[in-house]
Amino acid sequence: MDYHIQQLINGISTGSIYALIALGYTMVYGIIKLINFAHGDVFMVGGFVGLYTTQILSAYLPPIPMFLTALIVAMTFSAVLGVLIERLAYRPLRGASRIAVLITAVGMSFFLEYAMMYIVGPQAKGYPGIIEKKTYHLYGDIQIDSNQVMILLSTIILMLVLVYVVHKTKTGKAMRAVSFDMEAARLMGINVDRTISATFAIGSALAAAAGVIFGMTYSSIDPLMGIMPGLKAFIAAVLGGIGSIPGALVGGLLLGTIETEVSANGFSMWRDGVAFLVLILILIFRPSGLFGKNVKEKV
Amino acid sequence: MAVLRKHGSFRLMVIMQKLGSFWMFLAGSLVVFAVIQVLLSTGAMGDVFQSTVVLIGINIILTVSLNLINGITGQFSLGHAGFMSVGAYASAIMTLDFNVPFPLALIIGGCVAALCGAIIGIPTLRLKGDYLAIATLGFGEIIRIVFLNTDYVGGAAGLSGIPNKTTWVWLFFFTLVSVILIQNFIRSKHGRACIAIRENEIAAEAMGINTTTYKVIAFMIGAFFAGIAGGLSAHFFYVINPSSFGFMKSFEILVMVVLGGLGSTSGAIIGAIVLTLLLTLLQPYPELRMIIYSASLVLMMIFRPGGLLGTKEFTLSFLNKKEGDPHGIASRSA
Repeated sequence: MDYHIQQLINGISTGSIYALIALGYTMVYGIIKLINFAHGDVFMVGGFVGLYTTQILSAYLPPIPMFLTALIVAMTFSAVLGVLIERLAYRPLRGASRIAVLITAVGMSFFLEYAMMYIVGPQAKGYPGIIEKKTYHLYGDIQIDSNQVMILLSTIILMLVLVYVVHKTKTGKAMRAVSFDMEAARLMGINVDRTISATFAIGSALAAAAGVIFGMTYSSIDPLMGIMPGLKAFIAAVLGGIGSIPGALVGGLLLGTIETEVSANGFSMWRDGVAFLVLILILIFRPSGLFGKNVKEKV
Repeated sequence: MAVLRKHGSFRLMVIMQKLGSFWMFLAGSLVVFAVIQVLLSTGAMGDVFQSTVVLIGINIILTVSLNLINGITGQFSLGHAGFMSVGAYASAIMTLDFNVPFPLALIIGGCVAALCGAIIGIPTLRLKGDYLAIATLGFGEIIRIVFLNTDYVGGAAGLSGIPNKTTWVWLFFFTLVSVILIQNFIRSKHGRACIAIRENEIAAEAMGINTTTYKVIAFMIGAFFAGIAGGLSAHFFYVINPSSFGFMKSFEILVMVVLGGLGSTSGAIIGAIVLTLLLTLLQPYPELRMIIYSASLVLMMIFRPGGLLGTKEFTLSFLNKKEGDPHGIASRSA
């Protein structure tokens, strides 16, 4: 029993990373119906920006303010990057066929990966353990380390901020309106382009936060690290119901838990396969996801 | 009378023209075959030339078959590399462990891939658009992970020591046959049914087309030829391993199809040739290769989202007279 609770804790901390990335996918898909394949690479760029920030600042700041600064710098940088990607690559294609936009998204993803590889080199970079790793014993054999606590705290805080932004601010209201009906929102005087940019900025900032946290958890990052977590986060978004913010959170946590359970039972080689199997099963039996609305097709 | 006679001669002309364009296509490809055969046998060009030519042939089979699924039937599939890997592994096992003759091994590989296509297609083809794309991507990855975890086929190291049997003659033969068969399928009654599904699935169903059957048939034919292409590549490169058939490979094939013009067989062929050449020419600059490739992809999509040819076919019939778009309406939503 203790073992499974322990795995649950580990799963939730992996799942939090997926959830943070999945939020960006789900928001962008909800608003412009685009699977933003470059999102996983924005996550990677965020990780690298966080790494270089900590390397520069490590001499001047104590651990926790340094972590927060790195997080904020990475999030800001990625938000700008996300807006830039949208401006340069996706906006000219608004109204083009879906496949053209999708190919642009993957093209952008390759571009970020290989441009990063050109800049920093293909080798994996070690990530400094910013916060000293401490292990706390809860009860029995169950333990949780400081990194996991930090992941959970950051995820919860970022989620609360996101929920506040989406539900209580004017930008959030505009985002919900545009994802509900873009044309009607435009007629009501909402600046649709600016709202889409804001969505990309918020999604990319969350991915960057996930990148910094990922680097600290696995202590190494490389330019191609965004591919798998990106796909997994997309699965999480579909699992929760694409377009739904609570769905992305639940989907991420659920997927993280399933993966750790699979690994814990000795099938770690099949972990990715199980994730894709979950995706296919959910698509076949409940394509709108756990929290999604079922949309009837009209002739 | 005059009108009738004119009409009659017009029909005759159309028939001659259709026959003519087929024979012209055949003659043209035989010329290409002969020229490359001479270049290869005299050894005037190096190994790079040979492997480029083989890669182009394999990529043509892959793009033309993916075009049948994506461009003609309008079903967005991102799992083509999965079918390719099934064909590659199946045919390699056939020649390695069972001493099956090479052409038969290729066809067995294709059949196994087609079977996988049916197994994957029947549940997933109910999905539409992006969801289908993601489901096929997922299946492609699952196939890769299954090979990765099967010791019989070598796991992560893959199969090696596959006899090198893909000669230029076999390659050319299979490429030509694939293109002709797929093109004939597209021009047949069944092909028109597939195009109807692409244009409007509900309307096609209302006209009495069994959409599920046709989608699965198109999927299976596409998978079959992808399997053949996989077999050809396995018997050229000696080694196959799961990592070379990932989602990136599926994507590369899709890019070739879209670059040439989704829905056009000749576009798919041109896309395969252009992109294979581009990637080979960029080979000497490994660091910049993918950057240039991805940047040109994005620029291409922004400035020419329909691909080089759109849905038009490149024909020689302009020599005689202008011919309309053989697929009817060019507009399409994918």
